[in-house]
Amino acid sequence: MSVNTTDRLGARAPSRSEVRRRGRGVSHARTGYLFVAPFMLVFLGLLVLPLAYAAYLSLFQERLIGGTVFAGLDNYTRALTDPRLLGGMGRVALFFLIQVPIMLAIGLLAALAIDSGLLRAAKTFRLGIFLPYAVPSVVATLMWGYLYGQDFGPFAQLAGKLSLPAPTFLSSDWMLGSIANIVTWEFTGYNMIILYAALRAVPHDLYEAAAVDGAGAIRTAWSIKIPALRPALLVCLIFSVIGSFQLFNEPQLMQRLAPSVIDSAYTPNLYAYTLAFTGQEVNYAAAVSFLLGAVIVVASYAVLFMSTRRSRS
Amino acid sequence: MTARRSNVLTVCMVLLLIYFLLPLFWLFIASTKTVGDLFSSFGLWFADDFSLLSNIRETVTNGGWVFSRWMGNTVFYSVVSAGGAAFLCALGGYGFAKYRFRGNGAMFGLVLGAIMVPTTALAIPTYLLFSKASLVNTPWAIILPSLVSPFGLYLMRIYAQDAVPDGIIEAARIDGAGEFRIFFQVALRMLAPGIVTVLLFTLVATWNNYFLPLIMLNNPDLYPITLGLAQWSSQASAGGGTTGAVLSLVITGSFLSVVPLIAAFLLLQRYWQSGLASGGIKA
Repeated sequence: MSVNTTDRLGARAPSRSEVRRRGRGVSHARTGYLFVAPFMLVFLGLLVLPLAYAAYLSLFQERLIGGTVFAGLDNYTRALTDPRLLGGMGRVALFFLIQVPIMLAIGLLAALAIDSGLLRAAKTFRLGIFLPYAVPSVVATLMWGYLYGQDFGPFAQLAGKLSLPAPTFLSSDWMLGSIANIVTWEFTGYNMIILYAALRAVPHDLYEAAAVDGAGAIRTAWSIKIPALRPALLVCLIFSVIGSFQLFNEPQLMQRLAPSVIDSAYTPNLYAYTLAFTGQEVNYAAAVSFLLGAVIVVASYAVLFMSTRRSRS
Repeated sequence: MTARRSNVLTVCMVLLLIYFLLPLFWLFIASTKTVGDLFSSFGLWFADDFSLLSNIRETVTNGGWVFSRWMGNTVFYSVVSAGGAAFLCALGGYGFAKYRFRGNGAMFGLVLGAIMVPTTALAIPTYLLFSKASLVNTPWAIILPSLVSPFGLYLMRIYAQDAVPDGIIEAARIDGAGEFRIFFQVALRMLAPGIVTVLLFTLVATWNNYFLPLIMLNNPDLYPITLGLAQWSSQASAGGGTTGAVLSLVITGSFLSVVPLIAAFLLLQRYWQSGLASGGIKA
């Protein structure tokens, strides 16, 4: 391409193009704005504006007398002492602390195994483990819901054949774990692919140096690969914070299978949705959404902060 | 690299692979069964009756082709959203990577921070804004919010930094090409793997989106497949005697809805993997 244009347009008097270049030096900055303007406009209109609007709405309350009135931070004080919201927050925090380490550990081990060169048919594993990511969470939840089920789920069938009691995946004791399993199934592959892509970029002379020093595959993985994966792991971790705290699809769909186990405040997001669309408490829902967003941002920064501090020490 | 293979490791990975593929295998098996066989035969193997084709016919044509309509809506929403988002990200990422201008760093930082804003926390205020603008219950309600992809912009910026050498842009300038001509005729080709990556991941995000359509749409004619399947499944779990037929629709419909995305990932894997490889590392 560039060869082509050089043939056609190149080799003119260098002084002229020099002058032109310098003349356009200022306008290049303006061109930069033109390039980023479409994205930034959409970004402002559909991300910043709704956020600002939510912040605004959250400061009002619908009163029986007087209609919508300015309420200051009342919605927030109500939210911070709302046992239903706090219960949901606690539940997703627990979910995060248990599910995410398991998911990232499996993703990391799978990425290391595929990258190690010790596997037959490594490509099959890579694609196979990633495949669930392409499955909509609605479908994943429906599917696992049937698999968990007592009627024709294979686990219940197997238990029946062995004359054992069928496992109660949808009971209140198991539900959070059952949802965690669905999320792990969906997203391990995605994390694995990000980690694998990062592994591919580790300079190979480091491996050779390690091999010369007599390091085996496990030693190389521990001392060279995992430290090199730190930034990619951080990305995975932050996406997991965001994903866990805004859990909605899986519990909302599982609710139909186990209405007595999953109430309308099972996760903060389910609560916000219920407030806005069944309870008509739009202002309070905005405050809850806003608070949820704030919790996610704070948690993400905490993760970021802790990991940069650890890498310095 | 020497071909030392580890059998232990391979066996462990096979077990892991079974965990990830078994539910999909089950879904396929289940969509080949009649409702009766679903309950009476073992879940992980075929029944005597192979009724995949009649199930598909049933699913696709049921209720005046409504499933086909949902499928068409999904394709439309996700292709338009992903195309638009990838284009905005390519343009913006290239702009942030290759031009110096006032506020470059600050604006990029703002976008980077927005990666952490949860989409579902945005959805409710977006719904309220859209209902003021009478955009609720229109395709715009799904497409517009899906156009913003902060992570896509981040990925494109990282990608553009390496994939388009400054020297080539300079050379094209000396040749007298305008900035946009350089982008469209020179840079765009070099950005292709990055664009495919953003395209595919936005496509998946829109295709799989459930929360946004759930909030925005109440006209079943506009439903994407996720919302349609959820509606069918609630009919199946709520209904009494008619449950069976709908159950089979949910299962076969689920199976049909995952096939296109899986195919897209398999066909385009060379591109998105190289795109991710350059984007994923420099976080």
